[in-house]
Order: sequence, then C-alpha cells, then structure tokens
Amino acid sequence: MNKNKEQLLNKRYKAEQRFRLYGLSAIFMALLFLTIFIFKIFSTGYSAFQKTWLIVPVTFDAELMMLDQNPSKEDLQDADYYDIALKSMADLDPNANEDQENELKRMVSYFFEKEIKNELLNDPNLIGKTKEVYLTASDDLDQVFKGNYPRDLPEDQRRVSDYQLKIFDQLVANGKVESKFNISFFTNADSREAELAGIASSFMGSIFSILVCLMIAFPVAVLAAIYLEEFAPKNRFTDFIEVNINNLAAVPSIVFGLLGLGVLLAIFHLPRSTPLVGGITLSLMTLPTIIIAARASLKAVPPSIREAALAMGASRMQTTMHHTVPLSMPGTLSGTIIGLAQALGETAPLILIGMVAFVNTIPGSPMDPAASLPVQIYIWAESAERGFVEKVSACIMVLLGFLIIMNLFAQIIRHKFEKKWS
Amino acid sequence: MNLILFTFIVLLGFTSYYFGRKKAYTIQSTKKRLSALPQFYGYYLAIWCAIPAFIIFSLWAIFEPTIVKLLILSDYSNQGYLDDELNLLYEKSKALSRGQFTGEITPFIEASAEKYLSLRSIAQSSKVVIVLSAIIASVAYAYKRISSNSRTREPVEKFLNAVLFTASLAAILTTVGIVFSLIFQTIDFFKVIPLFDFVFGTHWYPAKAFVRDSSEALDPTMYSDTFGAVPIFAGTFFIAFIAMCVAIPIGLMSGIYLAEYASTKVRQYAKPLIEILAGIPTVVYGFFAALTVGPFLKELGTSMGLEVSAESALAAGGVMGIMIIPFISSLSDDVITSVPQSLRDGSYAIGATKSETIKRVIFPAALPGIVGSILLGVSRAIGETMIVVMASGLAANLTLNPLESTSTITAQIVVILIGDQAFGDPKTQAAFALGMSLFLVTLCLNIVALRVVKKYREKYE
Repeated sequence: MNKNKEQLLNKRYKAEQRFRLYGLSAIFMALLFLTIFIFKIFSTGYSAFQKTWLIVPVTFDAELMMLDQNPSKEDLQDADYYDIALKSMADLDPNANEDQENELKRMVSYFFEKEIKNELLNDPNLIGKTKEVYLTASDDLDQVFKGNYPRDLPEDQRRVSDYQLKIFDQLVANGKVESKFNISFFTNADSREAELAGIASSFMGSIFSILVCLMIAFPVAVLAAIYLEEFAPKNRFTDFIEVNINNLAAVPSIVFGLLGLGVLLAIFHLPRSTPLVGGITLSLMTLPTIIIAARASLKAVPPSIREAALAMGASRMQTTMHHTVPLSMPGTLSGTIIGLAQALGETAPLILIGMVAFVNTIPGSPMDPAASLPVQIYIWAESAERGFVEKVSACIMVLLGFLIIMNLFAQIIRHKFEKKWS
Repeated sequence: MNLILFTFIVLLGFTSYYFGRKKAYTIQSTKKRLSALPQFYGYYLAIWCAIPAFIIFSLWAIFEPTIVKLLILSDYSNQGYLDDELNLLYEKSKALSRGQFTGEITPFIEASAEKYLSLRSIAQSSKVVIVLSAIIASVAYAYKRISSNSRTREPVEKFLNAVLFTASLAAILTTVGIVFSLIFQTIDFFKVIPLFDFVFGTHWYPAKAFVRDSSEALDPTMYSDTFGAVPIFAGTFFIAFIAMCVAIPIGLMSGIYLAEYASTKVRQYAKPLIEILAGIPTVVYGFFAALTVGPFLKELGTSMGLEVSAESALAAGGVMGIMIIPFISSLSDDVITSVPQSLRDGSYAIGATKSETIKRVIFPAALPGIVGSILLGVSRAIGETMIVVMASGLAANLTLNPLESTSTITAQIVVILIGDQAFGDPKTQAAFALGMSLFLVTLCLNIVALRVVKKYREKYE
C-alpha cells in the first residue's frame, strides 16, 4: 500500500519534471531558430561588404584614345577608352589568343572602361604614362576570392574558366588582387551585374515610402484615437468603428496591395511603381496599429488629470489638447515607430503595386519609380547568379539594422519620456 | 503651382490667426470682457480661411477634368465618332500636351493638345483668383463680425470635433475601399467563370487564360477547367496546417513555461528574444526557407531515400510556423497570467503538482483565450505571402504529401499580378476573386478569434 503510494508520487514528480522540460525545450527551440537564423544571414552576408579589385597597369596611350595634343576637358570626356581598357586587360597575358583575350576582358566588370576614364579625368597628366588602376573584379572572381565559389567543379559547369583562374591566381600571387570595403554597395542603384549592384535606389525608395506613410498615417491615426477615446459617444456606430479597426489590424497585408492596385492605380490613376502609392498603401496598413497604440496610451492617462483641468474651467477640447494628448505622446510615438518598422519590412503589397520593377536610377522624389529594401531582397533572391546570394544577406543585414534601431528608439522614448502613474 | 498656392493659403491662414488674435487684444485693451480666450478669435478666423479654400479645391478636383474634357470633345461632336474613339482622342491629346505621346501626331490631335493646355492654364489661373478672393472675402466678413461678445470658442471646438470624427472614419473608409476594390472585379470574374467551377474545380492553370489573342471575343468554354480553386484552397490550408503543427506545440509550451515556471530574470530576457522572431520581415523568412531549409530538407530526404522537392510545402510551412511561434506564445502567456491566482492556490491546496495544476485547472480555464490566439495564428498563416512565394512552388498541385510543392491563395495572387496587369482580363480578375476569398476567410477567423478572446477577458476581469 505504502509502496504503491510512493511509486505514484514518484511518477507524478517525474511527470512534473518532464512537463517542465518540455516547456524549457520549447523556449530553447525558439531561441535556437533565432540563433541559426541570424548566424546564417551574417555568415553569408558579411562578405558582401568587401569588394574585390584587380590592380591592372593601364597605359594611357593618346593615340589609342584618339586624343590630340593638349586635349581639353571635353575631349577627355569624349575620348575612346575602350581600346586602352581592352589592351590593358589583354596585356595581362602577352601570349593570349583572341578567345583568351575575351576571357581576360570578362575578368572585370563591364564598367571597367568607365573606371579607367575616371582615373584619367582625375589626373589628366597621366596621358602617355602607365599607371596601376583598380578595376572591379567580375562577380564570379569576387566569389572565388572570397572562397564562396566551388573551384573543384568540372570546368563546363563553372562560369569561370580554368584559364581565367590561372591568370587570377597569378595576380593573387603577385599581390595584384585587393579586397576593400564595398562603398558602391551603398551608393549604387540596382544592376543586373552582381558586382555593381547596390542598395541606394531601394534604400531611398524605402525612405520615401516610410515618409509618405508617416505623414498620412500619424495625423489621421492620432486624431481618430483622440475622437474614439475622448469624445465618441458610446453607441452602435462607434462600436462598429472599433470592430472595424480591430479587424483591419488582422487583415493580410496582400489584401492592402489589392486595395492599392484596385483603387489607387486603377481609379485614381496615381503613377505606378512609385513610393507615393507604396506609402499610401502602407499607411492604410499601419493606421490600425497606430490607432490602437494611441488609444492605449490615452487610456493610460489617469482621469484625475482630466478632472483637474475640467475643474479649473477648461473645456473638454482644451483638457484633451492641452493635457491628455501631450501626456499620451510618448506611448503614441513609440507605437507609431513600431508600426512604421512593420511597414518598412512589408513586401507583398508593394509587389502588387509594381514597386518590383527593375530600377537602375536613384529616385529623387516619391513620384519616381523605385523599389524598397524588402522588395530588393525579393528581387535579388529570385535572381540565379551566385553573386547575389551574399548581396541578399547583406541587404537583409541593413534592413534588420534599421528595424533594430527603430525598435530601440521606440523603447527609449517609452522608457525615458513616459510618465509612470502609480 | 498647386504647392505654391497651398503654401500661400497656409500663410494666409496664419495671418488671419494673427489678425483675429490682435483684434481680440484690441477689444481687451478697451476693458471690455472677451467671451473666449484671444487665440480662439485667431483660430476662428483661420477656420474661415480654411473652409472656403477646402471647398473650392475639392470642387475643382472633381469638376475640372470633366469640364475640360467636355470642352475639348465639343470640337469633335458632329463628326460621328464613337464614345470610345472620343476617349482615346482625349487621352492622346492629353499625353501629347505632356510630351509623353509617341504615336502619330495628326493636326487634329495637336490642336486639341494646344487647346487642352490653354484650358488647363485658364482653369488654373481662375482657380487661383477664385480661391484667393473667396478666402479674403470670408475672412474679412468674419473679421468684421467678431466682437467682444461673439462666440468663437464653440464654433472652433465644433470644427475640431468634426475633424476628429472625420479622421475616425478612416478605418471604415479603408474597409469600404477593400471591399469596393475586390467586389467589382470578383463579380466580373464570376460573370465569365461560373461560381461552381471556381469553388469545386480541381484544375488551376491561369496561364492558359493568358495565351489568347486579345481581339478574340471572350469564350467561356475556353476557361472551363482553368480556374478551379480547390488545389489552391487545399494548398493554403495544408501549408497553414504544417505551420500550426510547428507553432502550436512550441508556442504554447513556451507560453506556459514563461507564465508559470520562468523566473523573472529568464522571463525578462527570453520573452523579448522570442518576440524578435515576430519582428523579422517575412521576406527574410522566405529567403531563409528558400536558401537554407529547402535544400537542407532535400538533402536530408535524399539521404533517407525520399524524393523531396526543393520547394516543398514542408519547408514553407515549417518556416512559417517559426514565424508564428511568438504570436501564440505571447498571447497564451497573457491569457495564462490573467487566470486568477485563486484557482492555482485552490489546486495546490489539495496537493496537485504544478504541472497537474496547469493541465487540469489553468489550461481548461484559459482554453477560450488560447483557442482565440491559435485562430489568430491560423489567420496569419493563411494570409502570409512572401514565405510561400519564395519557398513553395508556384504550380498548383492537389497533393497531401508535404514533400511535394503546393501553392497558396496569396502566392497565386502575386504570381498573377506581378508585372503588368490588364484590367478586364479574367486572369487579373481571378486574382481579385482569390483576394476576396482570402479576405472573407481571414475576416471570419478574426471576428471569431477576437470575440472569443474578448469574452474570455470579460470573464476574469
């Protein structure tokens, strides 16, 4: 009898421990996913912040460039750089035949002609002299240098030929290959060539969309929250508004994309693919989030504040505008920033309104076609070239960086400025 | 042009505020008692400036294009053009006047374009004149009217109240906008494709509808067996099911652990860390699923002799499950902590262990709230787009094998609408019909979930 009881008790304690372990392992699993996730993104992405350069001696031969004596600035602008560019690449291997010369040319980006041109424009005295110029390596060689490229593949399955690898290894051995911080990743617009593609256009697109979103969503949401929390009579209509807001907060984002497409583009004929339309669409999406946050922080202002103001003879509007709303601002602002952070990471609605177009210029206003950072991630992720994989991860790192900064900012506002009512 | 005018009107508004306040001060200096604070006199005048400007601007926005169009098309009225041709002519001359026209320029169109430009400039300048004179007239009238005992606070506050009320309508307008943008396309779609075929058809192949000569008349028989949405609906619920298989156990158990077992220190760090998972953009999850999880599962399957598609439903659903963990864990955490302590104490008092208390007392008590949080999670899984677009297949297979690829409602909407769309094409309309079904399904889930959670909250508050 006693023994049985003890066994039962032991069993129950074991069950208790098991249950506790389940809970602990669930948390552990969730955190493990997070760690794997972040590790994977960082380990594939960090190399995109480095760019590989080939150092190639270029002879600025005036004759090959079709330049006269004492050329003016315009002459230098219009001169023919292709021949000297080609020649300097071909000179890397004096014994190269025509096919091999072509392969040599493809070791650098197609931009190499311009890089040589810029070198001369910076220093016109170089004419007739030879100088070692930094040329952007092609994305495949870039990947080879970073060790991401499987060199042991058979040659016909590689985009880099044995010959190119041989020359490249010679250059590496002579110290003519250098890796530097990749500035162009931040200053270039999107490009079909992985080695030249940058995030500047999508970054500006994101900034413009978020600004438009902020300018529309913030005032409307705050005013709506003030009305619903401070002035609205309790009746069926305001109940309906409330149900509406709660439901909108849970509507899938892609439905807002359909709204943007069906109303903003098809009926109002706003320009396609622009941050303006993207921002309006996103603002409709963030509206409920901000309203809910603003209402919560209005509700948190204790009634004694309102009563004191009313007792001093202030009208209800004055009480609200002079006392309640300013006191609720920290909570409202941090809610707004969190809503904007959500909008910043949103992709699907922007794809539907056409912000997925290939844009190789940096947009200067919300009316210019643009992509946004998450859409850029999608575009690059769908692209087959190996060089884009690290770009995607790097772009994700930039995006996550922004989200972290925004969330930290929201936290700081909340902790620093929010009054604690006890 | 409009921007300059707008800035000017704002400046006028500030000026009238200043004059109104100044007048109030002048009245005050004559030792008369004011009926409101001086700034209300200012606000009052500023509102008298804003209202006529707003009315005239909106009238112009509504009527200007129609009137200009009528005037231009009156030139062609007796030449026997059809309505469509007239519209085309109008669009052409508009494009030409903006310098965006690329087609053949006939003298007729050129004349219209010139007329369009001159009409627009007349309209613009008359707008400026009318707006400015209306503002000045109304502000002057109001300025003369205000005196020591005129009521200014009440109208100003009434105006503000109206503004606040209008803002609160934005949510309703958005819902109306969603329904409006979906419903017309959906109705048009069901005019061509019978509802029965859409709901019960088992073959989804919208690309077929696109391969046709646009001059051909719509032939309904062509579309039979093209827009059967069963595979899509099945795929959507299947992937959502896989996601919930990952999210419910992990989310629920971590929610229970955080609420009942974790020390404040663990809770303080673990809770925000888990919630980071909810803040990561879905496109990042999609990339992760497509680049890491998909190939990993494929390799794992091959090593076990299974055939796994690189874009399997398992990869998309599993990663989606990870994304939903924090929703379920924080909602169920909230729900469990709001179960009254007295229930726990009662259970401990009769000798139950902690886990027994949780399983037999707290869980049943918290069940409605937990069900609500799971329903919200399901609604999120059904509406999730990017993970499926990037990690799952785009061809709609009717399958229950998690190792094959399937497609979902959201993925199909993106596939159809990416790139250029032609409105009026059944394929585009199909995307809106899918959007409509998505909206209805998630709406029902949300309403039920929110109601359940609300009922539950009321029970213990």
